[in-house]
Amino acid sequence: MTDLSHLRAKAACVGIATHGTGEAPGWNSTELMGMAVLKALDDAGLKLNQVDGIWAATAVHSMAAMSLAEYLGIHPKFSSGSNIGGSSFLAHALDAALALEAGLVDVAVIAYGSNQRTAGGFRSVSEPMPFEAQYQPRNPITAYALAASRYMHEFGATREHLAEVAVAARAWASHNPEAFTRDPIAVDDVLASRPISDPLGKLDCCLVTDGAAAAVMVRADRAKDFAKPVYLLGAAMAHDHRMISQMPTLTTTCAVDSGRRAFAMAGYGPKDMKTVQLYDAFTINTILFLEDLGFCAKGEGKDFVSGGRIAPGGELAVNTSGGGLSCVHPGMYGLFVMAEAIRQARGDAPGIQIEGADLCLAHGNGGVLSSEVTTVWGTEQTL
Amino acid sequence: MSVTESVTDQGPEAAFAAYLAQGKFMIQRSASTGAHVFYPRPFVPGTGETNLEWVEASGDGTVYATTVNRRSPDKGGSFNVALIDLAEGPRMMSRVVGVAPEEVKIGMKVRAKIEHLNGAPAVVWELA
Repeated sequence: MTDLSHLRAKAACVGIATHGTGEAPGWNSTELMGMAVLKALDDAGLKLNQVDGIWAATAVHSMAAMSLAEYLGIHPKFSSGSNIGGSSFLAHALDAALALEAGLVDVAVIAYGSNQRTAGGFRSVSEPMPFEAQYQPRNPITAYALAASRYMHEFGATREHLAEVAVAARAWASHNPEAFTRDPIAVDDVLASRPISDPLGKLDCCLVTDGAAAAVMVRADRAKDFAKPVYLLGAAMAHDHRMISQMPTLTTTCAVDSGRRAFAMAGYGPKDMKTVQLYDAFTINTILFLEDLGFCAKGEGKDFVSGGRIAPGGELAVNTSGGGLSCVHPGMYGLFVMAEAIRQARGDAPGIQIEGADLCLAHGNGGVLSSEVTTVWGTEQTL
Repeated sequence: MSVTESVTDQGPEAAFAAYLAQGKFMIQRSASTGAHVFYPRPFVPGTGETNLEWVEASGDGTVYATTVNRRSPDKGGSFNVALIDLAEGPRMMSRVVGVAPEEVKIGMKVRAKIEHLNGAPAVVWELA
């Protein structure tokens, strides 16, 4: 494996914000995204006119970086809007770190915004998949349901195991004032929720909310001048399919690959992570990613998530905000995964703060278990 | 299994559809390695070899994954969506018909047939 340790900790997040999460009636996606950027810059103590790099992707802008730069009234020297689904923003963090390190930009902003909930609910912007569309998959849910069916078949998992993930997420959310759904639920509630695409019921599926988020990154040599820098210690991406029918095996994602490379770059491993933020669009995701990122062996995830072990007070702090299942999921959730990891590392998480969370993992997923981006974030003490 | 000439000089997606309209479920096979390819492409994914030829699929398959897409009766009712492993190796999304969607189980042996689905011919599967 190529040694990428020379890219370790070359950039840091120095400002982070969310805005309009849950419901933001009367606000459009660009307005929400713009406000998130303003709040993240304020958090960093930087001015709008200091931003010279923009990374953005949304489900409603075909050229999000241009739309956002114009809206902010800035003139980027470099921008990008790679769209690999919900994991895009974690890939943008790697892009931004490279651009900062290369000297292309000095202040990088990564942003996302959506008003999908108040604009009428989830709308896939995906084109119909050739050789799949005729069979009417209700994507993305159908694709994740197929993966769940295969996982249950191969490893003897049950709907109760999947439900444990939703119950743990809700338990975290119940302590988070930013979370959209906070009433505690039990395994039976998940099992009794309306079937959508077997074996997944409504409570196995992520929320449909509004919300925006933004992150501000600078080069590491400047980062110590800021109040709470959190360094990007490792980052890696991988993808190998677009359609679920073309995924090599439905029970193993290429998070195996992204995780291994991100940890190698960071010089840390799964056991070092104080919090673990995973893109939980559906309950099966959390199980697959815990396995694929090395927190447990393949097939053991179903037990790893059970009995409250990933809930508050459990063995591993997973999705401490409540995740996409219970906190916020405005179409593309990746930047919120990253925000929670960074906030935990800074010590100012809006919900339960894990003490001494100096090393946090944020893992993004996009498409139908298609793109996987793993990032490791750490405080100055972890350098 | 018989090797067939390409029906026209059109792209492989259109060629597949043209075969399907003739009642034939055709997939592709590399002349050099014998490996089968689905969905159809002008070259072998991963290697780029352009020696693909159309062959008739055996029509034998196994259910790899399955789900019931829940839909209210007034909108047509619930239906099956499955991933089928073809005996030749490739995997495809499809539907198992002729049985309640809940009754489709992973590992079941299935047999291909061509049916009209949403206004066009499609490969679907029934229990073997």
